[in-house]
This record gives sequence, C-alpha cells and structure tokens, in this order.
Amino acid sequence: MDPGPQVATRAAALGSLRRRPERLPGEARRIGYLYVAPAFILYAAFNLLPLFQGINISFYNWDGITPGTWVGLDNYTEFFTDPTILAGYTHVLILMIFYAFLPIVIGLFLAALISRIRIRGLTVFRILLFLPLVITDVVTAVAWTWVYDINGPISTALRAIGLGRLVPAQGWLGDFNTALPAVGVFGLWGGFGFCLILFLAGVMKIPASLYEAARVDGANAIREFFAVTLPGLRYELQVVLVLSVIGTLDTFDEIYVMTGGGPGTATSVPAYLVWRRLFQTGQVGSAAALGIVLMLIIFAVTWAINRAMERGNEA
Amino acid sequence: MNTTASRAQVAFNYALLTLCSIIAIYPLIGVALASLYPPGPDSAPSGFGLPPTFAWHNYVTAWEQGKFATSFTTSLIVAFVMVPASVLLSILGGYAFATMRFWGSTVLFYLFILGLIIPTEATIVPLYYDVRAMGLLDTYWALIILEVSGEVAFGIFWMRAAFLSAPPSLLEAARIDGSSSWTTLWRIMVPFAKPAILTLTVLTFADSWNEFFLALVFTVNKFTAPAGLASFSGRYTTDIALVSAGAVIVAIPILIVFIIFQREFMRGMLTGAVKG
Repeated sequence: MDPGPQVATRAAALGSLRRRPERLPGEARRIGYLYVAPAFILYAAFNLLPLFQGINISFYNWDGITPGTWVGLDNYTEFFTDPTILAGYTHVLILMIFYAFLPIVIGLFLAALISRIRIRGLTVFRILLFLPLVITDVVTAVAWTWVYDINGPISTALRAIGLGRLVPAQGWLGDFNTALPAVGVFGLWGGFGFCLILFLAGVMKIPASLYEAARVDGANAIREFFAVTLPGLRYELQVVLVLSVIGTLDTFDEIYVMTGGGPGTATSVPAYLVWRRLFQTGQVGSAAALGIVLMLIIFAVTWAINRAMERGNEA
Repeated sequence: MNTTASRAQVAFNYALLTLCSIIAIYPLIGVALASLYPPGPDSAPSGFGLPPTFAWHNYVTAWEQGKFATSFTTSLIVAFVMVPASVLLSILGGYAFATMRFWGSTVLFYLFILGLIIPTEATIVPLYYDVRAMGLLDTYWALIILEVSGEVAFGIFWMRAAFLSAPPSLLEAARIDGSSSWTTLWRIMVPFAKPAILTLTVLTFADSWNEFFLALVFTVNKFTAPAGLASFSGRYTTDIALVSAGAVIVAIPILIVFIIFQREFMRGMLTGAVKG
C-alpha cells in the first residue's frame, strides 16, 4: 500500500524467504505457544478472520445498511461484465510498465554503466536516491501535483522551447490521455532509485574473476552484461519484481491524492474501486469481492515470479 | 575490484549518480520552494528560480488551516503506543520461532509470512464493520490495534532472523546455567539483537507515522499526519503554495528520523534483499 519503508520491510522478508528453513531450530518446548500467542491472536483476529468474513460478504449484494441478499458468485462474474472493473485492471497493467518494468530496466542499465570501482560518498547518493521511497506517498504525490500543474515545471519548460501546445488545458493529471501515464511517471520516479541502489550493491558483490574470465573469452560489454551481470543479480531481480508488481496491484495513495481516479475513470484502479464501493456507492459485497480477487492475483503473481526465478537458478 | 580505474571512469560514475540524485530530489526541492511562494489560487511556481519573497507565513497558515496540530497529535499518540507494542510482540514471537520447537510451529510461522502479501484491500471491508461493531470507529485504538496486527508479520520474521543469527554457544551457556527461557531472552538474546531491534523500531515508527489508508477508512476526526495532508490538499487544490507548506510539515519529522537513523533504514531496506 505504502511504498515507504513498508515496501522495504517486505523486501527484506520476501528476499530471505528463498533461504530454506535451515535446521528446525531450538529445542522442543511447549512454552513457545505462550510467546507466540499475543502476536498471533491479534494477527488472526484482524488479518486472517476478516479474510473469511470478506469471502462471506462477497457472496451478498449489500449496501452496508439494509440486510443484504445472497447473490452467489454474481460479484465475481461482474468482473467480466463491469467496464469499470475491467478498466481498473487495464490501468493497473499499464501502470505496471512504469512501476515495475521501467525502473528495473533503467536500474539495470545504469548499474551496468557504472564501473565497478569503490565509490566514495556512496552513502550520500544512497540517502538522496532513497528519499522518494522514504517520504510518504501522500507528500510525494502532493509534490508531483505541482510538477504536473499547468504552470508547473514541465509545462513551463515545454512552453519555453516552443512546445506549449502540447500542454493539456486541464494540466497533465486532468487530461484523459495524459493522466494515467503521468501517474505512471510518478511511480517510475519513486522506484528507480531503489532499483539502482539495490542493483549497484549486487553488482559490487559479483566476483571480479567472472568479469575477467568473460573478458579473456573476448566478450564485449553487452555480452558481459548478459553473461555475468544479469545472472549475478537474479536474487535482487526476484525481490524487486515481486515487490514492484505487488506494489502496483495495490496502488491507492497516489491515485487518491493526485487524481481521485479521474478524470472520469481514467486512473481508477482496483484498490481505489474497493474504497469507492465500500464508502461512496454502497456496493459493499462487490467491494469485498474486489479485495479477495486482488489478493488472489497477488498470491498467484508472487508464486509465479518466485517459481520462475527459482527455475532460472537451477538451470 | 579494479583498482586502476581511470579518472574518466570515476568522473562518469559521479556524473551519472549526481544526475540520478537530482532527478530523485528535484520534485522535493521544488515543493519546498513552492511552499514559500505567495499563497493564493494559481500560486504554482514554474520550478525554476527562487520565490520573489519568502512567504514563511504559509507555514503558520497551513498548520492552522490543515489542522496539523490534531493530526500530529494522533500520529504521535498512535506511534507512541503502537511501536513499543509491536516491537515487543515481535521479539516474543520471533524468539519462540527461533529457539523453540512446538507442534505446528512451522505452519504458524508461514501463516505470519502470508501476512506480508495479504493486501489491506482484502480485509478492509469486513474490518470496517468489525471495528464499528466494537465501537472503535474514529478512535486511536482502532489505528493502534490494526497497525500492530499488520506490523507483527514482518516484525516476527525480522526478529526470528536476528535471533537465529546468535551463536549457539550463547544459548547453550544459558542452558547450562539453568536460566529460564524468559531470563535467557532478556539477559542474553535481547542484548545480542539490539541492532536488529533498533532497526525494527525505526522502520515500525516510519510505517506508523506514514499510515494513510487505515486513517482514511477508520477515522474522521483523528486523521494521521498524511491523512490530514490529503484532506488539506483536497480542500485547497488550487493553492499550491499552502498545500506545499503542508507537505513539508508532514515530511519533516520522518526526514529527521531518516537522517539520524539512515544506517538502520538502509539495513532494513537492503539487508534481506541483498544478503545471501
């Protein structure tokens, strides 16, 4: 939800998931239940239980006030007929290009360009490049609302070079054609620094001997990248892929702040639909179904990426 | 590593990293400058150049109009209760998963891991009605309980890893002394895991301070700082200078924490992903 430290914490956890539980640690002690109980009770009551309640609600047509009526799978079949839902998923797919694909490609490209030498003052660059991630979405989204304003820097720069006609009359976030890519560029900005830092750290860890061997074999820079750098970064790639794809699927904050899903429904996304249907349009059953499906998609995608990357590792 | 790097290579590295850093901070610097422009509709600065006069008063206006006194109070109270609670529960759970075996422990652990990828959207609909039924809508408790329950999944994972990295001799020594598991935890394991606990504390604080969605759903008069900013920016859409001042106000506390604890932030954000 929030690509601040929370995304990073997920990164840490998911990144280490690949390490199989070594030995079963420790001694047999039933007192373990007591230590786990407080966290588990809270976690189960407010994360696991609501999942089942949510599945139940999703089978009803309910406005949140009057008693609901059982409608079976209607809230799910709606996914294939309701143009708003279809649009929401289309938008999220387009956003994925900006939130996941481009930051990774750009991060890889830059990490490959930077020579493998010790960089003094890397800490400073790290801090600066991490700022978009550390500062909460709501703040950065406000900043980008200004960037996209009709009098903001992008519009001003275009006018200065005589391309003022390209500036949309309603600003970049208010135009049906530019709003979604504009949100996308915001995501790209938020993600590329993290990718670059992560990949840079990864490249530094690749043994120099591998590069020397490639050079002896007469590999040029491009072959070297595909033969040495890319395989050496596969764990980092796996983590970033999972995180950025999940992060795109539950995009909410910046949509809420920058566009409110508009203009029209031009930037509406699944998470935003959940919120709207829960609070504004009284389609609570549908909101629950949207949430459940979103979770299933996230599970499937996480599983697929991890599996694909693990396969790649074995090969 | 190549030690015979040419000056050109070094210069190129710095140029590239500098360019990337400028891109990363330009919108942030821009918003800080915008916050000092004279307020009013169409106050959007072009982003090239300093404001004509420094309108420091924007900060006073934004603080009052944006009701940031209220939202800062909420964020602070929630974090003050939520962070210690979450870290404590994570230490207890992580300790058990790292040092004890009990029937079902693996399944329980994986249930927690699942929590790392369950999106809030999947639970938010029933949660809203649950919290309402408990009479906790628009209370600090709603935020505290939900944030803790969301945070322990990562916390337990994190603390388990930290305790697992303790040398077995530490635990054995305690066993020979006949210490109870409780004494071992507080006398030996917690002091050993201090850096990991500090990192967890900092990250948990940042998450709590930045909480937006839960505040939006569960509170009306007790917005967190980001939710307060979102509502402020919704009411003053055209006054970019004022809204920018609000954005800076909300960003400052987390910026200070980030600069003081940047080591912990980096460790938290990069270790798991980079290690191995």
